[in-house]
Amino acid sequence: MKKICMIAMLLAVGTLALAAPPKMPLYRFENFTAANGLPDNHVYSVLVDGDRIWAGTENGLAVYENHAWKTYTTKDGLAHRAVLSLALDKRTGDVWAGTMGGLSRVSGGRIDSYTQLNSGLSNDVVYGVSVEGENVWVATAAGACRLNLRTDQWTLYNERNTPMFEIWVYGVSATPSKVYFAVWGSGLLEYDQKTGRWDKYDDPDGETEMVLFKDQGLIHEITTSVSYVDNIVWVATYFGDCRYDGRQWHNFLTKDSGLPSNFTNTVKGVDANHAWFGTDKGLAYYDGVNWAVYTPSLKDGKPEMTVRDAQGKVTPVAVTTAPAHNYILGIDFQGDDIWVATAKGLSHGIRLK
Amino acid sequence: MNQRIRTLSSAGLAVLAAAVLTFALWSAINHPVRADESDMQDYASPLEVLLSPDGARLYVLCQQSEEVRVLDATSFAVIKNIAVGRVPRGFSLSHDGARLFVANSWDDTLSVIDTSTLAVVATWPVGAEPSSVVEDRAAKRLFVANRISSNVAVLDAQTGAEEKRLSAGRGASYLTLSPDGSRIYATHIYPNPPRVRTDLDNRTAPESEITVIDASRAVVVDRMPLHAIAGVFHLALSGDGRLGVVAEYHPKNLVPLAHLEHGGAFADTLTLFGADVGKPVEVPLDELERYASQPFGVAIAPDKSRIYITCGGSEMVTVVDVLRLLRFIHTRSGPYTQDLSASANYVVTRIPVGLNPRGLTISRDGHRLFVANRLDDTISVIDTHTNRVASIITLAGPSTILPRTLNEKDFNVASSAVEGQITCTNCHIDGRKQSQYAPTPRDLAKLIDAHKSYLAESLVSTGPKHISTLRRGEQAFYTSRYSFQGQIGCATCHIDSTFDGLTWDLEPDGFGRDIVDNRPIEDLKGTEPFKWNGGNPNLPTECGPRTEKYFWRSENYDSRTLTDLATYVRSLPSRPNRWRLPHGELTPAQERGQAFFVRSVDKFGKPIPETNRCSYCHSGPKGTDQKSFDVGTRKSTDNSGLLDTPQLSNIALTAPYLHDGSARTLEEIWTIYNPDDKHGRTNDLTKDELNDLIEYLRTR
Repeated sequence: MKKICMIAMLLAVGTLALAAPPKMPLYRFENFTAANGLPDNHVYSVLVDGDRIWAGTENGLAVYENHAWKTYTTKDGLAHRAVLSLALDKRTGDVWAGTMGGLSRVSGGRIDSYTQLNSGLSNDVVYGVSVEGENVWVATAAGACRLNLRTDQWTLYNERNTPMFEIWVYGVSATPSKVYFAVWGSGLLEYDQKTGRWDKYDDPDGETEMVLFKDQGLIHEITTSVSYVDNIVWVATYFGDCRYDGRQWHNFLTKDSGLPSNFTNTVKGVDANHAWFGTDKGLAYYDGVNWAVYTPSLKDGKPEMTVRDAQGKVTPVAVTTAPAHNYILGIDFQGDDIWVATAKGLSHGIRLK
Repeated sequence: MNQRIRTLSSAGLAVLAAAVLTFALWSAINHPVRADESDMQDYASPLEVLLSPDGARLYVLCQQSEEVRVLDATSFAVIKNIAVGRVPRGFSLSHDGARLFVANSWDDTLSVIDTSTLAVVATWPVGAEPSSVVEDRAAKRLFVANRISSNVAVLDAQTGAEEKRLSAGRGASYLTLSPDGSRIYATHIYPNPPRVRTDLDNRTAPESEITVIDASRAVVVDRMPLHAIAGVFHLALSGDGRLGVVAEYHPKNLVPLAHLEHGGAFADTLTLFGADVGKPVEVPLDELERYASQPFGVAIAPDKSRIYITCGGSEMVTVVDVLRLLRFIHTRSGPYTQDLSASANYVVTRIPVGLNPRGLTISRDGHRLFVANRLDDTISVIDTHTNRVASIITLAGPSTILPRTLNEKDFNVASSAVEGQITCTNCHIDGRKQSQYAPTPRDLAKLIDAHKSYLAESLVSTGPKHISTLRRGEQAFYTSRYSFQGQIGCATCHIDSTFDGLTWDLEPDGFGRDIVDNRPIEDLKGTEPFKWNGGNPNLPTECGPRTEKYFWRSENYDSRTLTDLATYVRSLPSRPNRWRLPHGELTPAQERGQAFFVRSVDKFGKPIPETNRCSYCHSGPKGTDQKSFDVGTRKSTDNSGLLDTPQLSNIALTAPYLHDGSARTLEEIWTIYNPDDKHGRTNDLTKDELNDLIEYLRTR
């Protein structure tokens, strides 16, 4: 009898354990819009700079410091009012802003702007920027380029000197060893800083709407974002996402992962196994096994959070706050917190213990 | 009666002495000093001075002899001369005085001197044209202002390894560590590039800044804007850190240069900042008929009672009373820059010193002020109680002793005499010709010696010594005495014999017409004619009548001075080009660019007319065929589109571009101002090809 009770108890505990969703980070989201200091609700990018938060919006570059927003505009020398991308030079504290009208550097409050007319910048539409050492790597609508801050020399990369087929470069992620470019229609490009050699990763099945060879290469040619961290490349496309460790690819689609949508605007790796994905249907977090999605409901706008485990079971989690909007454009981390740029505001996800 | 006789006798002696003085000085003008173009005397040219922390030693940075001279600060005896690198421009001591760091601006190196052995113990490579260096209090980092790369390099103070570079103002040149060691202030000599492109009808005032660096984190934390300022030099802070003062030029280049009276061309000012001041404020140093031309070095008395500013063009040190200054700015509402009566509220005196006074330093007790007179190789030692030069340290040079060359102007200005109390013409009323007073050189020396007490120190300096043609020319270049009321000199617009990064509206071409970009003046030999319209066939014409009439608005140079000046300007060499590889080879991008520069066929196989090839007009080693062409850059305000082909020497440094400075960068010459391919065939180039062309141009 005792044995039966023990077994029953064990079974019950086991069932309960099986039934509980995996523990995923919980956040309280505080949202900023034009109503409380942002210059515009449409926020393309966000950058954490210590205690300061930079937001690239449709109408200027805003910085949040000491609980107040300050906005830089074209009157202050910003290249264009629409700020698409941001990067921090950790050595100098300078912030680089890619805009629709050029590349701007904010240094100690002074803004210097580079355009395709006044400098060697390849194109004024700057989708991505990444600072590595004394190089600023730039992804533009007409190729990529690198500005060497020591020599002031611009080097351009396009179809003439790289494996790029298309030259619409959406994203860049630079480290001392490798630089990766997400090229719309041309897959993923890799530049080896030591050897100066290029490599290219394409969708192996060549089919734009199907994935015939799963986990055998880049999931799609229309890449939108790339994040290289801890020797792992995380890639976002409009048709799913990928993780690449230099040998193995792991593809993510809505049908076999916790992605709320295959249409992914941005990806940011935390480390080799954890990453955040910004889609058109919410913000997704992957811990290497499980997924969590944070979004206002597409039906009624109420805050939602779901957790998907390794077996594919999706469990809702009761939450009272959510990011400002489901259309996610940018992500950055501040310790355990996250900051999220959306189409309708900027969200500060305060990690709950 | 006896009293009256004594009084009359004294007056008579004074008149006699003044007459003899006049006699002596006139003779110097007519004394035929040899003008030898090839005379390259090795002058010291002291630029900066420092005292050791214990006050026992005086370190003198000698730019032309390229050394640090170490003197006993009491006896002024030379302890040692230490050779450093090329064209040293700035130096500083570590906090404990154990090391002396020297920025060698043309070597791109730092010399590290051990002050116990007085030997160079390390030479470290640094950035482009290092001009100033400071070490942080922790002896962890060195900060080096790089003039050409416009940044402040951060180095490991023990190994010299460069950690990073911080963006500063254009032409970053001077650094100051705050008394508490928390901040480093960087200033710069050229205005920052304008944020937006302007047309000629909306030219904007220059903008400069004081870059504020957090010394412990080595990041830029602030930039204090300096509106309408172009040319910012030394900055000093009071011992308590509450008052900051910087010397600067305030050009008036947006209005036609039509007159000099009432400060028509430049204002020489200070910007004050800090807790004692509140919001930074600009105050003038000039007064109505006397200008503090080319303010450069700043020192604040240890008790914060006085500010001392060297005025390189006016050969004087301006002394400001701090309490009166602060009272003025807190009781009178500004702006004050245009008020030439303002300085009377706080300037207490102006002390005549030697030629082109530059760096200065004050003793710890505040009693002595040492001033480096760059162009007569002396250090003036000023007694700060009396505000007079108590002694002059003559830096060793060639042995022939001759007083410095004087000119007629010395007779007419009160600064020739002690404390400016009389002029020679007070007594020289007998109508004799100058030549009738010319004694021999030996007599002249005796007379000068006998009349020392009547004469300003600047006139009795006995060193150096043999004044070469080039030296005299350089003296003429830097002094402001030839201009109306001594307002400006060549060096006011050609800072350190370069340029000022500004555009000007000059009278000869008509007001509002022919706005011109100020050009650098290095390596001019073989590039005549001069002036953007090619109107001046040679340097004597460029520097002579035109300059005198339209810039100085005063009397003409005598022929010897003009010759000296032209000889000096022609002698200026090109500074090292930082874009060339060490052995003259080109990088792949530069080679590709060179191919575009010399090509005769465009990318579609169409021949490029000879006169539209880059290498046709920009031919020869200096990149000019010395002819005039119309390259399609004429604006509505230009009298003609025909322009003299400018040389390309160090073109990368000389923004803005085109005759009117309308192109902010090299790229804009072709991306904006060459729509019809009149300035070379370039519209067939891709963006990367244009980048290659520019990479090549940087090597010129």
